[in-house]
Amino acid sequence: MIEVKGLHKSFGDAHILKGIDASFEKGKTSLVIGQSGSGKTVFIKCLLGLFPYDEGTISYDGKIYSELTEDQKRDLRAEIGMVFQGSALFDSMTIQENVMFPLRMFTKMSKSEMEDRADIVLKRVNLDDAHHKMPSEASGGMQKRVAIARAIVNNPKYLFCDEPNSGLDPKTAIVIDNLIQEITDEYNIVTVINSHDMNSVMEIGEKIVFLQYGLKEWEGSKDTIFRTDNKAVTDFVYSSELFKKVRKMYLEEKQ
Amino acid sequence: MTFISNIGLYFLMIKEMFRKPTKWSVMKGLILKDIDDLVIGSLGIVAFISFFVGGVITIQTALNITNPLIPKYLVGFATRQSVILEFAPTFTSIIMAGKVGSFITSSIGTMRVTEQIDALEVMGINSLNYLVFPKAVAMMLYPFAIAIGMFLGILGGMAACVYGGYTTLEDYITGVQMDFDGFHMAYSFLKTFVFAFILATIPSFHGYYMKGGALEVGKASTTSFVWTSVVIILINYILTDMLLG
Repeated sequence: MIEVKGLHKSFGDAHILKGIDASFEKGKTSLVIGQSGSGKTVFIKCLLGLFPYDEGTISYDGKIYSELTEDQKRDLRAEIGMVFQGSALFDSMTIQENVMFPLRMFTKMSKSEMEDRADIVLKRVNLDDAHHKMPSEASGGMQKRVAIARAIVNNPKYLFCDEPNSGLDPKTAIVIDNLIQEITDEYNIVTVINSHDMNSVMEIGEKIVFLQYGLKEWEGSKDTIFRTDNKAVTDFVYSSELFKKVRKMYLEEKQ
Repeated sequence: MTFISNIGLYFLMIKEMFRKPTKWSVMKGLILKDIDDLVIGSLGIVAFISFFVGGVITIQTALNITNPLIPKYLVGFATRQSVILEFAPTFTSIIMAGKVGSFITSSIGTMRVTEQIDALEVMGINSLNYLVFPKAVAMMLYPFAIAIGMFLGILGGMAACVYGGYTTLEDYITGVQMDFDGFHMAYSFLKTFVFAFILATIPSFHGYYMKGGALEVGKASTTSFVWTSVVIILINYILTDMLLG
């Protein structure tokens, strides 16, 4: 479980995070949503330790991040899998080498064992025949799946995804969403997704944290988001005519 | 102020580069790859430039010796001294600041832009050790390229001298062998080791700490070339004054 208490972060005079409290549980797909500039990327990067935060605490299964030594932080990070917005695959390595990379760095597996494990996770993300391709030869959806495979190959305890659907067509986006949810259930890990894709919210949002102007404005799930009367949330989530109609139909159906 | 903080940041980078080393089995591969990219891959241009600049030094020297009292073998002597003391270690290093330096800055900078460095950090890998340390180790073979440059520079001078008709082969060889001081070689290779470290670390610094997108990668490469050259020239002056002055 990841617990965040009173998280503050500023860049110079710009106060980006203004005391955020949140918790993310095991086996649940949690989404952090909000408009561009709401502070969600800074929030995720603080959770990952890529940005040092000014105030508050972040604890990973009871271990307070700011109290860890640099080496302990690095050891903790070895338990984290991350899917970056642009996939961040190493472009000098093949897809298989990218997936095997965390194993090469952190395990004593033999080459054949690493290849077997890479095969398993690549199959898991439905990429059976792309082992020897370079990342530049793969489509956006394939790159995202490789990034997911790399993130889970070393059995992480925590999975973070930054805008996993950006730049993908709606069909591929749903495939990626479902894959992340299946993996969260299967590996029983803490999954935190940074997104502003409303399809993802409706599809896999077992827990949703809505940020606005650096504050947690609302917290709920894909079920409660239909019923909320929080104006900031409804203005953001149901900004399109389509979603307004969907919500109206849902509420009429429930009555 | 930024300038001073950047100097501090550079030394912190050097310190961090040695912390939490990457597994040897992985590091070995990275070092071999960097030797291939940075040293072996530069041999062609080093050989080409050395040979022809050696030739030009010889021609210029020969054309400027107009006094009949000055012996012709001094052409070989002047070529050897110029090539060993300055041309091979310093001039070649400035050319390498363009070739190797911009390669290092752009490759690390692109990794920064595409979040590959963040990916390494999130995995718990010391990205400075993973990216910069193997380059610094690989560049310790750079003096090998400079030794080839010295040989080819003197050979180029000989070719220009003999085939251009400026002196005889015997005079040139006599000049090359005259008053040879082994310390000059030690001075030259000591300089080269220092330049090799600069060539690996300053471009890495500019790539690693760059901010922005593709355009900034280009700008970082240019800045890196300028600063690497400036530092090489300054260190060259300091080392020359200390060792030969």
